[in-house]
Amino acid sequence: MSTKSAILVGVGGQGAILTAKVLVNGLMKAGYDVKMSEVHGMSQRGGSVSTQVHWGDKVYSPVIGHGAADLLVAFEKMEAVRYAPFLKSDGVAVINDYALPSATIAAGLAEYPEGCLEAMQANYRCFTLNAAEIAAGLGSPKCMNIVLFGAMTRALHFGEIDWESVIRETVPQKFVELNLAAFRAGRDAVKE
Amino acid sequence: MEKHLLSGNEAIARGAYEAGVKVCSAYPGTPSTEIFESLPQYKDALYCEWAPNEKVATEVAYGAAIGGVRSLCAMKHVGLNVAADPLFTAAYNGVNGGFVIVTADDPSMHSSQNEQDNRYYARAAKVALIEPSDSQECIDFLKEAYRISERFDMPVIFRTTTNISHSKSLVTFSGREEPEPIAYKRNAGKFSCSPANAYRNHPKVEKNLRALAEYGNCCPINKLELRGGKVGVITASVAYQYAKDVFPEDTSFLKLGLTWPLPMDLIRDFASRVEKLYVIEELEGFMEQEIRAAGIECVGKELVSNMYELNPQRLRELLFGVKPETKALGVAPVSRPPTLCPGCPHRGFFYTMSKGKDFVIAGDIGCYTLGANAPLSAMDTCICMGGGFSVGMGMSKAFELSGQKKKVFGVVGDSTFFHSGMTGAAEILYNKGHMIPVVLDNHITGMTGHQDNPGSGYTLQGEIAAAIKIEDVLHAYGYENVIIVDPQDLSAMQKAVDDALASEVPAAIIARRPCLLIKRIKHDLAQCEVDTAKCIGCKKCLSVGCPAVMVRDKKSSIDPTQCVGCTLCAQVCPVGAITRKEKKA
Repeated sequence: MSTKSAILVGVGGQGAILTAKVLVNGLMKAGYDVKMSEVHGMSQRGGSVSTQVHWGDKVYSPVIGHGAADLLVAFEKMEAVRYAPFLKSDGVAVINDYALPSATIAAGLAEYPEGCLEAMQANYRCFTLNAAEIAAGLGSPKCMNIVLFGAMTRALHFGEIDWESVIRETVPQKFVELNLAAFRAGRDAVKE
Repeated sequence: MEKHLLSGNEAIARGAYEAGVKVCSAYPGTPSTEIFESLPQYKDALYCEWAPNEKVATEVAYGAAIGGVRSLCAMKHVGLNVAADPLFTAAYNGVNGGFVIVTADDPSMHSSQNEQDNRYYARAAKVALIEPSDSQECIDFLKEAYRISERFDMPVIFRTTTNISHSKSLVTFSGREEPEPIAYKRNAGKFSCSPANAYRNHPKVEKNLRALAEYGNCCPINKLELRGGKVGVITASVAYQYAKDVFPEDTSFLKLGLTWPLPMDLIRDFASRVEKLYVIEELEGFMEQEIRAAGIECVGKELVSNMYELNPQRLRELLFGVKPETKALGVAPVSRPPTLCPGCPHRGFFYTMSKGKDFVIAGDIGCYTLGANAPLSAMDTCICMGGGFSVGMGMSKAFELSGQKKKVFGVVGDSTFFHSGMTGAAEILYNKGHMIPVVLDNHITGMTGHQDNPGSGYTLQGEIAAAIKIEDVLHAYGYENVIIVDPQDLSAMQKAVDDALASEVPAAIIARRPCLLIKRIKHDLAQCEVDTAKCIGCKKCLSVGCPAVMVRDKKSSIDPTQCVGCTLCAQVCPVGAITRKEKKA
């Protein structure tokens, strides 16, 4: 199999890295060669963050540039626009219909841009959902990342990976049921 | 064999364990930090520590190597500038036990102040340079690094880049080697670098380097992948991975793990087997310059930029002009810069600084560098760790001698105070500086993700340690007026600044409050709320630059998911519209 690439983007603290770990654990179980890269450092302080995951028979580069991702998972919709150039023209985007103003916007120095979601939908095959609302409905805003993960498994063909057992093995015991509920809710919520 | 997904940094820690390393010392710095965060899991087999700075870490590790055991130190690229002094002389002296210095370079400067290529340190210091290209090689090549260090009697620089250190790939584990400790015997001719000894040692360095260069032609980490005779690529480090994605299947590769000294016979032989030769490397044309100097024709930096991180798509465009396909969305994202966290103790200090029209603030490297960003905009310079005191000293002298009326503050953190701020504090006192040294003491090394330091009371191995008091150090130096203040109390912070400026005796400020992200401390958290009936929409609350505070429908609005109740916004509100409430469960 030729190498596939996913890029998970959001804002520091949204849980993109944990989501990438669930994805990677599933891919490893399925026997793929896997590479993953994280951006660390200053991005932890409320900045824009991205994690890349690559899998296939043999993966060389741990990072990709523009026009090379099969899948973009955006935890925040302005971040979807920021990282859209990484998508292949026929790539798929999974977008959380959720806005988090940046410090520049909060300070009144800029306006949050209108039409992020619409621009993505006009240019790419998109799966959108309000994962924040779904997570709140499940009683824990923090499981938003696994809601998005559930949606993501609908967007790309991952072969025969049993994601529910991967989640059981990856998240702490006391959060298993919550995360399974989040996974199922996300998987069932996406509309194309 | 069971596979594990490890970052390059975690793999280097694993490699140190497997290589039988006994003593490890480092100062944190992105992208190297996680090497040492991963070491305490092996603490039954090895000793690991955070040192006050990179020079100390290098000396500790080198001392252990002289003492007869394998040792490791690690730092980010600019850390090696601090540690260059012991490196160059250790190169002349050589080792007993193997000695490896890990340097993690940061192309594209994700978290750094420059983009220096540390491979040149190996050439300048005349030591071996080894570069892994993935996590498995971080383990395997590190073991080879110790064999080379001991066989050729020299320190080895083990160089990663961000995409090696922070990328995860699959590895398999082996057991730990237990090399016999070498019984220490005094050998001043070797280890004491008096001029006469250094004079005798230099020819030995040249001889060892020649022998190593010869070994490079047959060593197991320099690998030939012969495919076709049309195109050949010489490459190393993560650039190998990019090149494998970019060049066609029938391309031959010479992939180097030992990149200084370069294996020139192997390179000449490889060049003779291909019609067109490329040298692919990130940052400078380090290998290419040597290869060209040997009269071998190649394609390299005339196409591949010496700036910024590469990736397969960028490399393909630079080499073959194939532009990645992207779409114009017609929507521009607003920048999302990193900011001081809600409740960050540094905010109160920088807010106070932002009020002083004639204030000049010389800063250094840490979370507080973010105090330079709008709306606080309260930092003039940031050069290097510890630089706040001494750069401020030079600026204040310049202002004094050129008749410019400025009030200079030099800023360091608690960790950078111990790193190299202490020498600057001595400079200011000794040379009668007219400036105020300020230590922003949040009890932790923050920006790199919370590492302990000599002031924090804990060691890397989790033991309770002596916490050195910054005020005691400053008092001992002769600062008679050390003002300790909670920066979150804005009126107290302002008074501290006024008092320090008015002081007749040498004054210093310690702005002290622990970072809210320290888990072992119980923090007094609450929540601020806006009374929209009272709010006049003046936006004064935005001037503290807190990400939790914004304006909605012309009134102040506080995001309850981010607010921790620090009350800075409430303290600046002119009409008392913001109040602190107990945190809702």
